[in-house]
This record gives sequence, C-alpha cells and structure tokens, in this order.
Amino acid sequence: MQETAVKKRSAKGGISLESRRARTAWLFLTPTLVVVALVAGYPLFRTIQLSLTQTNLLQFPLKSNYVGLLNFKFLVQDAQWWRSVQNTVVFTVVSVAAETLLGLGIAMLVNAKFPGRGAMRTAMLIPWAIPTVVSAQMWRWMYNDVYGVINDMLMKLHLTDKAYAWLANPRLMLPAVISVDVWKTTPFMALLLLAGLQSIPTELYEAARVDGATPWQNFVRVTLPLLRPALLVALIFRTLDALRVFDAIYVMTGTTPSTMSMAVYARQQLVDFGLLGYGSAMSVGIFVIIGLFVVAYVVSLGVEVE
Amino acid sequence: MKRIWLAVLILVGGLFGGAALAQGVTLHISCGAVGNELTLCKDEAQAWATKTGNSVVVVSTPNSSTDRLALYQQQLGAQSSSIDVYQIDVVWPGILGSYFVDLGKYFNQSDLSGYIPALITNDQYEGKQVAIPWFNDAGLLYYRTDLLKKYGFTGPPTTWDQLTQMAQKIQAGERAAGNDKFWGYVWQGNAYEGLTCDALEWVYSYGGGTIVDPKGNITIDNAKAAAAINMAAGWVGTISPPGVTSYQEEDARGVWQAGNAAFMRNWPYAYGPGQSADSPIKDKFGVAALPKASTPDGRHAATLGGWQLAVSRFSKHQAEAADLIKYLTSSQVEIERAVKGSFLPSRLAVYDDPQVIQQNPFIHQLKPVFASAVARPATATKQKYNQVSSAFWTAVHNVLTGQAQANQALAGLKAQLTRIKGTGW
Amino acid sequence: MRRRGVGHYLGQVAFAILVLLVFFYLVFPFFWAISSSLKTPNELFQTPLVYWPPVPQWKNYAEVFTGQPFARNLLNSLIVAGLTTTLSLLIGGTAAYALGRIRFRGKRAVFYGILGVSMFPQIAILGGMFVLIRTLHLYNTWWGLILSYMVFTLPFTVWVLTSFVREIPRELEEAAFVDGATPVQSLTRVLLPVMAPGLVTAGLLAFIQAWNEFLFALTFTVDNKARTVPVAIALFSGASQYELPWAQIMAASVVVTVPLIILVLVFQQRIVAGLTAGAVKG
Repeated sequence: MQETAVKKRSAKGGISLESRRARTAWLFLTPTLVVVALVAGYPLFRTIQLSLTQTNLLQFPLKSNYVGLLNFKFLVQDAQWWRSVQNTVVFTVVSVAAETLLGLGIAMLVNAKFPGRGAMRTAMLIPWAIPTVVSAQMWRWMYNDVYGVINDMLMKLHLTDKAYAWLANPRLMLPAVISVDVWKTTPFMALLLLAGLQSIPTELYEAARVDGATPWQNFVRVTLPLLRPALLVALIFRTLDALRVFDAIYVMTGTTPSTMSMAVYARQQLVDFGLLGYGSAMSVGIFVIIGLFVVAYVVSLGVEVE
Repeated sequence: MKRIWLAVLILVGGLFGGAALAQGVTLHISCGAVGNELTLCKDEAQAWATKTGNSVVVVSTPNSSTDRLALYQQQLGAQSSSIDVYQIDVVWPGILGSYFVDLGKYFNQSDLSGYIPALITNDQYEGKQVAIPWFNDAGLLYYRTDLLKKYGFTGPPTTWDQLTQMAQKIQAGERAAGNDKFWGYVWQGNAYEGLTCDALEWVYSYGGGTIVDPKGNITIDNAKAAAAINMAAGWVGTISPPGVTSYQEEDARGVWQAGNAAFMRNWPYAYGPGQSADSPIKDKFGVAALPKASTPDGRHAATLGGWQLAVSRFSKHQAEAADLIKYLTSSQVEIERAVKGSFLPSRLAVYDDPQVIQQNPFIHQLKPVFASAVARPATATKQKYNQVSSAFWTAVHNVLTGQAQANQALAGLKAQLTRIKGTGW
Repeated sequence: MRRRGVGHYLGQVAFAILVLLVFFYLVFPFFWAISSSLKTPNELFQTPLVYWPPVPQWKNYAEVFTGQPFARNLLNSLIVAGLTTTLSLLIGGTAAYALGRIRFRGKRAVFYGILGVSMFPQIAILGGMFVLIRTLHLYNTWWGLILSYMVFTLPFTVWVLTSFVREIPRELEEAAFVDGATPVQSLTRVLLPVMAPGLVTAGLLAFIQAWNEFLFALTFTVDNKARTVPVAIALFSGASQYELPWAQIMAASVVVTVPLIILVLVFQQRIVAGLTAGAVKG
C-alpha cells in the first residue's frame, strides 16, 4: 500500500524519490555544515592566507608582505622540520599501534564475563579523566632520575641497579613520552571499541560456537569484521591526534630537537618567534602530512562512504 | 505623574552618573599567577585605587612564561584594550616593545635614577622607556654550609675549578657514607630559556661575551665560550646527575632540598622553601655569587631575571596606568614586597633598608651580586631574541648531551645567528 | 591430556599476570597522584621515596576550594562540556543519519571536508579563532568556548555516529514503517535504542575532550566568570613564580577525576549495556 502511495506522490510532484531524499540529506547536514563553516571557516582561511605571507606578530604596526610559496620552499629545506616530522611519525605509529592493541584487549576483557572486569572497567577510565595539564607534569616527576618513583620501583624490584635519566638520554626520551601518551589515550580506544563490541549481537557468537569455531576463529571471523567500522574511526581520529601531539612532548621534553614534534615546532614559530607566516606554512604542512595518512587509511583499509 | 517619573529618572541617573564619576577609571593589570605574588599585587593595586579614587582589576595569568607570552600576543595582536598594565619578563621589552607606551613621558630622569641602571637600560626599546623594572632576580650559587665544614672547606668556591673539586670530594664522601642518591652540583640543563640563563653565566664568567654584544655583533664563537661549555659538559654524569640535562628550576630544587646536593644554581625563590619549618636543609645552607673562571679575565656572572611593568598602547587610560606603575615601583611598596614576599627590589636603596635587612637579611647580602649581573642580549636582538635564545640553548644542549663538540657547535651557532640577524636586528 | 592441562594452566597464569600489569600501569599514576596530594612540600622530593605520607595532609583538599573559586570553575566546565556534548550529539546525530542512510551526490566531499577541519593543529587556528570570538562578542563567555569546541567535537561525533548508523539494519526501520510508526516514533523507539552505544560513547568522549581542553579555554577566558577547570589548575597559586603547589594541584585533579569516572561508569555500564541487551533481543 505504501508503494502505491509513494508512486502516486512521485507521479504527481515530478520530484523523484532520489532527489527528495537528497534534499532531506542536505537539510539534515545543514546545521553541521553551518557550524563548521562559521567556526572553522575564518580561522582556517586565515591560516592559509598567512602561510603565503611573511608576517611578524611581534611588530606593531603589523607588517605583512605577500611572498607566495616562499615559506613552503624554506620549509622543504628545513632540516629541523623533517626531523620533527620523523619524530612525530615514529611517535604516531608506535603509540597508535600500542593503544589499539591495548585498547582492544581491555575492551574485550570488559565485554566478556571475566572476574575483575568491574575493576578493569574503572581502571581503563582513569588516565583519560585526569586533566592533561596535570598528568604530563606528573609523569615528568615520576621519570626523574633522583627522586622519581619509576626508577625507585625498578630498583626495588631489582630489575636494574642504577637510575635511568629517562628524560635526558636521547635514546630513552621518545619511549618515555610514548608510554605517557599510550597511558593517556588507551581509554579513548577502549571506550570506542567497547561500544563497537557491545553492538555485535550475541546470537552470532552462539551460531559460531554451534558450528564448532575456536575462540581465535570467533575473533577473526566474527568480531574483527563487525568491529571494523568502530576500529577505523578510532584509528583515524587517534592518528589525527597523535600527529598533532603537543602537550606530552612539550611538557616532558620541551623543545629538544630529538623529540620535538611538528606541532611543538609550529608553536615555537608562531608564539615564541612571532613568525606567523612561516608558522602557518608549517601548519599547512602538518595538514598535508595528516592528509597523507588519512588517504593511506582509506585506500588500504577501505573506509566505506556509500 | 509624569513629573514624578522624571524626578525619579534624574535621581537615578544622577546616582549612577555620580557613582561612575566617583569611581574614576577602571584599570586592568596582569600581574602574577602565583599565590603570594598575586595576593600582594592585589593588595597593593587596591591601595593605589583607594588613594586615587580609581579601581583596579587584577587579571591572573598562567605560570609558564611561554603561555603568558602567547596570551599577551593574542591580546596585543588583536589590539585589545582589555589589559592596561602588563607584567613582562626581563627579556620581553625588545620582543613586545613596539606595543608599549613610552613611559619617558611620565617618568623623568630623577624618577628613573632610583632603579638599578642595568634594568633601566634593559627596558628600553628604540630609545623609548617601554617598561619600568618591578622586581629583580639573579642566578645564585646555593651551598651547604654543614657539608663544607664537614669536609674541611673554609668557604664557598670562588672559581669553577674550586667548585668542581669541592663537589667531587663531598659527593664521594657522602656516597661512601651511604647516600647513593647524592650529587655534587645541580643546575638547569633542559633545552629551554633557563639553559640560556645558566650557559650565559658560564660563558660570561670565562670572559666569553654575551652571545650578541650590545651593538648587535655576534660574539659567541670564541675559544673562551667553548671552554666554558666544555667545562659544564664535563659535569654531566660526574658531579651532576645525568638527568640534569632535563632539569628545570623545580627539578633541581627537588634534588637540593631533599639534601641530595652539595651545590645548586638557582634563582632566589628557592631560599624561602629551603628555610621552611620541616625542610631537611633548614639553616644548613648559604648563598653566594656564582664562581668565575680561574683565568685573569674571569669574572663573576649572574644572569638577570625579574619582571617589569609596561603600559599597552591600546590602553584607554594611559596616564592612570603610568601612575599605577609609579606607585607599585615606589620605595614603600618595594620594601613591603621584599619583607612580605622576599621579592628582590629593583631600587638599589631598598637593599639597604633596615626593615628588609631585619626580615630577610639574605636580600641585603645579595646586593653585590648585582654588580656582576649580566643581561641576556634581548635588548640588542629585539624581536628576534627568542630565535637567538632558542638557537643558543639548542647548541649548548647538544654539547651537554655529548651530541656535538663545543667549537663545532658554536661555529654552527654563529652561522645560524648570522642568518637570523639577516640585514639587522 | 596432561600436557594440555599444564600448558593451559600456564597460559592462564601468564594471562592473569598480563592483566595485572595492565591494571597496574593504568592505576598506579592515579594512586601516586593521591599520595602526592597528601604530602607536605618536602615529602614530595624526599629520598628514600615516601609512598604513603605518615601524616596525610587532608587540608590540601580544603585549600583547593578556599584558595580559589574552584566550585565556580567546576560549574563552568560542567556547563561548557555538557552543552558542547549535547549540541554535538544533536547536530552531529542528524548529520550522521543523512550520511549513514541516504545516498546523495557530494557525500564523500562532505564527509572528508568535515574531517579536514580537524586536521590542523590547534595552535594554528588559535589566532583566527581569537579574532572571531571577539568579533562575535563571545570573549570570556560560555558560548565562546562551546562554539570553539564544536570545531573538534563535531567532526568526531559525526564520524562515530555515521559508522553506527550504517550498521543499523534497514529492516528495523522498514518494519517500524510497516507497523505504521511516524518518523519521530521510528527515530525514538527503534533507531535511538540501537544507536545507544554509539551515542553514549560519542557523547562521553566528546564530553571528556571538552572537559580537558586547555589552549582555547586559556586564551578565550580572562577571569573566573567562564574559566574552566584545566585553566584554573594551571593558574594555581604557589608561593613563588617557579614553585609549583604540587599537592594542591594533585588534590584538584583527584577532585575532578573521581566524578568523571563515576559519570562514565554510570553511562557506560547501566545505560549502554542495558539498552543494547534490550534492543537486540527486542
């Protein structure tokens, strides 16, 4: 009965169902697009505009010369920029991989009937709930080589006989910072993946068990494929955030060249040096690099859009 | 009816208008993020407000210098009049100078003569007096009086060689006695502005100049500077903990205050906590000027710190703002700040004030240190100071962490600074 | 059989140890924060290390509220984060429905365009944001913060909810349509319960992101009228410029963390798990 009704409507109005649905879609999208355009539009436009100039914020009146792509030419030749890119990419790959594995493990634990899941459920939220401004500083003091608790515990457990200078030794700095970031953001992954797991109907597992599947096959054939959408969103946004990392690196290791991330370097140019043009060009550079990662994800993991 | 309403209106309008007139202007001052500093500032600003019939609102700002600078940049860059008086770091007059009012209009020569000359010169930008010094700070050598006595030393070291020897002996002794966390000398070696302060002291004390001289010439690439930095690099892992290249002020103080260091380089602020009731080192330490090099042109050096007050050019009440600054930097207020908050005065005479001597004798003892104070090259390098400092501390940090040799690093630094300088500061 | 028994047993023990290690990794820093919050300034740096202070300084917690108007900061954070989340879910939810259900041209562009907004570092757009907020006269207000937070919560919410909407079987909607449900009824009775895990999760994550945000909150507020918790903590008064009032900072963090955890637990466990069970069976 509805079909005829629908057909009648389309015959009468001449508007196809497709285009009417498209109009509905755009209507639903309008609030989002308006907010995004309004709030992000001007700042982004200004960033891109500034990247084509040489502007120094520390001079009044503000002097701004248009220089075209000169900033980008400098950027490509800037050794410290590429070093920061390397630092950031290494940081991102390692920490996102660690967070995903850890988050997935924790989510599965909490989702299953497992003794102590309540405790784990509470524990997994703690790092995320502590304000970032505080946790980075706290870990900094935990990693201190004289009065830091991490060295103290390692020595008490006889895992080492001397204290390590975690934040001073070039080889230990990045692992230390990564451990803090993984600690801080695993809850994000865990929560998202938990929601994904909770959406998988239990009947599917029961059906698989009836068919004689092992737990591993359960995981690979049932869980993973159905978890893929949530996993993809989690991966993309975590990678986005990791590539823009600032707090963890800045608070713990400052502007040391061997750990400086792209965002720390950009901030140094924008704020400390007042070089709005070069700093904005750097921000565009960050945008491009993040874009490359997103493309890589879409191509290799296949984000469905239709 | 109408007449009554009119009367009410006039009365109400008169009341409000009168109140507005009676209140004078409202100034906003950003002064201090932290407890004692903020409380004192609020009280003092209020005292001025009551005296002059104006009102003052104190705006608190973040503790971190970089965050504060970012905030100021946003305000000034947007030409906002929300803040009238800015409390600025000693290296910012050159950076933000073009945004501030020339206070030479409100302070004549005799007004300015009461302040420490080095600070007055520091606060000038392109011939204008853009800020007035408020309180002072200088790098100090803290030393353990009890340990010096125990190991047979008669007084604090006056040369770096003496410091190294004393530190080695004390460290070896304390470790043998069972404290394996004891180190000889702690300082700030992290890659940040604080390292520029420490390193400038080493370099200047060897006669190696101030990175960029007041005329704007790049002087850092010389053998004395290289010797100074090599000396410091030699401390890392021997008399200083390997983690010292990640230490900032509080990290160093943490080691020192628990009694785990014989010497510390830090700002005067660490004196108070060291003397707190349950401090392990209470009454067991003293302060002195930092050592110099043993060579003939070695001299004592203490990097100048401290904060200044400036008036924003976008302020709508510039005269009143200048008056507020005059009050806050007057002798009376500086004495109060020295007594209540241990803030080092920017006026020379206050160091000799009897009240100050009685309450905080160490302030009076520090007066000679300022004879050896050295300012960072912020005035010479103006807006590019942060770039200069960043290049300098990076080069020094690379040497300290063993990733570069001092003379190579300084040669590279000179090239970098030349590029930053471009056609001129 | 015996061999399998031993191997199996060892595997379980190894697994238990692994779980304990992870638990410790997540929880120990919080324990350390609590113990630090109860120490005197000297005990913080003491060697040998003090794991639990002999005389806990409970007064540090009182000082959190007496030293500054922390209760006001908590209220500001609650309102800003709450409204940001609600708006993001409402606006993002409707957008997600369109993106997840309806086919139309330009979908890909919209999808990635919304993502693109989140791909710039915060510090880069700070200057432009500041000018925008001042122009709209939203400086030092809740709405100034809410609007600027939408920049990162909205794209995230849209993407998460879209992935959940897409997983909802069309049959559910069609069945409701057949049963004569109006679009609104279809939305509330059928779709919402199934989207619940996604909605709650996206909401929780957006809430915590907005709650913890520091840079915009620092730059767009100037006094306690609108100042949020992270900024308040960063401005905590110590005795001098370089000294960090560590114990008070830790106390404030604990004060802030505990309600957040309770909030998330309540929403995550009660509502989501409950609703999901109901929806799937129903």
